[in-house]
Amino acid sequence: MDLILNQFINGLQRGSIYALIALGYTMVYGVLRLINFAHGEVFMIGAFAAYFAALMAGGGLVVALVAAMCACGVLGLLMEVGVYRPLRSRPRLTALIAAIGLSILLSNLVQALQFDFRSASGEEMHFSGASYTPFPADLLAANAHYRLVPGREVYVTRIQGLNLGVSVALMAGLWLLVRRTALGRAMRACADNQESLSLMGVSVNRVIAVTFGIGAALAGAAGVLSALTYPRIDATMGLMAGLKAFVAAVLGGIGSIPGAVAGGFIMGLAEVAAAGALPSSPVDYTPLADGVAFALLILVLLVRPQGIFGEAESQKV
Amino acid sequence: MSALLNGLRGLWQFWPIAIALGLMLAPVRSRKWPWVIVGSTLVLTPLALSLGWITLYAARMEALIFITAILAVSLNLINGLTGLFSIGHAGFAIVGGYAAGILTTFVFQLGPETRLPLAIPAFVVSLLLGGLAAAAFGFLVGLPTLRLRGDYLAIATLGFGEIICVVLRFITFRRPVGEQVFEVGGPRGIQDIPAMPGLPIPGTEVAMPVLASFVYSLVALALIVWAIRNLSFSSHGRACAAIREDEVAAEILGVDTVFYKVGAFTIGAFFAGVGGALLAHWSNMLHPSMGGFVRSIEYLIIVYIGGVGSISGSLLAAALLLICGETLKDVLRDRDAWRMVLYGGILIAVMLWRPRGLYGDREFPWLMPRGRSTDGPA
Repeated sequence: MDLILNQFINGLQRGSIYALIALGYTMVYGVLRLINFAHGEVFMIGAFAAYFAALMAGGGLVVALVAAMCACGVLGLLMEVGVYRPLRSRPRLTALIAAIGLSILLSNLVQALQFDFRSASGEEMHFSGASYTPFPADLLAANAHYRLVPGREVYVTRIQGLNLGVSVALMAGLWLLVRRTALGRAMRACADNQESLSLMGVSVNRVIAVTFGIGAALAGAAGVLSALTYPRIDATMGLMAGLKAFVAAVLGGIGSIPGAVAGGFIMGLAEVAAAGALPSSPVDYTPLADGVAFALLILVLLVRPQGIFGEAESQKV
Repeated sequence: MSALLNGLRGLWQFWPIAIALGLMLAPVRSRKWPWVIVGSTLVLTPLALSLGWITLYAARMEALIFITAILAVSLNLINGLTGLFSIGHAGFAIVGGYAAGILTTFVFQLGPETRLPLAIPAFVVSLLLGGLAAAAFGFLVGLPTLRLRGDYLAIATLGFGEIICVVLRFITFRRPVGEQVFEVGGPRGIQDIPAMPGLPIPGTEVAMPVLASFVYSLVALALIVWAIRNLSFSSHGRACAAIREDEVAAEILGVDTVFYKVGAFTIGAFFAGVGGALLAHWSNMLHPSMGGFVRSIEYLIIVYIGGVGSISGSLLAAALLLICGETLKDVLRDRDAWRMVLYGGILIAVMLWRPRGLYGDREFPWLMPRGRSTDGPA
């Protein structure tokens, strides 16, 4: 029982990261009907931005988080303006292929980078994207265990608490933004009908660009939170995390914000449950968990393609 | 700088491929022209190799170009002609690779000592069965997923490709060698796939496996291009193209969309399986990661840079990208990631400024049926 509760907390923590990434997928899909395949790469770059913010600027968790979110937000804006905007009037698959190109470009760019730098504490350091980079999690947040239930072996670590707290705060902030501000209203209108929105005198381009930026910033925050828990970051970490978060978005109903959150948590819990229940592979359980994610995806696509919270789209002829 | 020069010197090794590309681009519409292209390549490379004009490595790379072209052309049948955006093509290839590899390694137990009249038919049968296994898999995957459209289909095919890799990580085989029993497969893959069987000509023991892989790959590529070209220009091909242009309209016009979608998927998977089987015997190994997303993307890049829907474009891009990659490998040494940065950048640039790719909407003159301009299928 205690084991199950501990695993449940692990699942929530993994799920909160998937949920943050899935929000970006779902927001972009909502306004553009585009799967931003490079979104997982944004997540990866968030982790690396926090790495450099922590080592080169010597900032704490808040600085690292803000730096990652800003860097990723700008990256998201650049992707939208540079690649997706010119392709918006073209067939949808063209943008999807360009997104795959962006994903290859970004992950391999980080892999190819090698340089020396001086850290804030005056240390000479070498960065190589080709291998795993140890993330300085202890610089950002001291870890500790807390007993959750008196008398039971149920623990929550400080990082898990931070992780859940920050992600829930970000989700709440997003919810307020989308529901309570003029910008959020414009975003919802943009998902609904772009033509009418532009007739109301709102710049559709600007709304889409801001949506991209916000989604990317959330992915950047997820990158930092994930790196805190699994402090080995590398250039390929975005691929699988991005795909699983996409599965989460589809599971919840792509285009729906509560759906992405729910899908993310379901995904995290399902993965932990699968790792606990199934026999592990000779190497480790990650490939199996990946298989579970994709099996879940195909099941959802076949049984309820619109997801839990989504509405079925009928095709107009 | 010297690395660049070395790379360019390596480029010179590919002159037989350059001649083949030149012949393909020549404005000749004779029906005999494909025979000239295949025949000249089939003669030139072994000749150049025996005279020492090209290295064994270059001949090996030529075989890899043919195998990659097989995979690209078969993906083009699914993505380009029928418009089903599949990004799990390497998954089909690895099913074929594992099926054929298991047959040659464990069932037929091919090796240098196998007698020739047995080895060649056994190998060809393994190739075909590898293709059939992939086709069966493509059919099973296609039947449920082809209800999905566009980007959802893409993600579902990707998911299937990844699931194959996961499953292959868990499959192990026992292999008795003398007294001991070794466990192969699983996450380590199979490391001792036999080379393709060749003719026992004295004095060619070193070059023969490479020559054999060259001949098998070239013949397989020629047959597959011939088959896909004939399919594209048949009424079946036009039905597939109609589905690509507008599925609802095609259905209204009486095209059996399920039949053609599943059919294109299955046939594409069959050829991919043959390609994967060749690839396994070319590299003498199989690894679960060979079926993963990263490999699928390489074939996707070739198809889209070459021009989606054009067989000629896929052939051209497969040759150009592989040769370009080989040259860059010398220049970049261990920084292989820059090559993928370049490919990703090219893919974005092609989508932004030239969405029909190098040779899209067109075919080589000799691929066209009589009395048609070179505007490509349908």
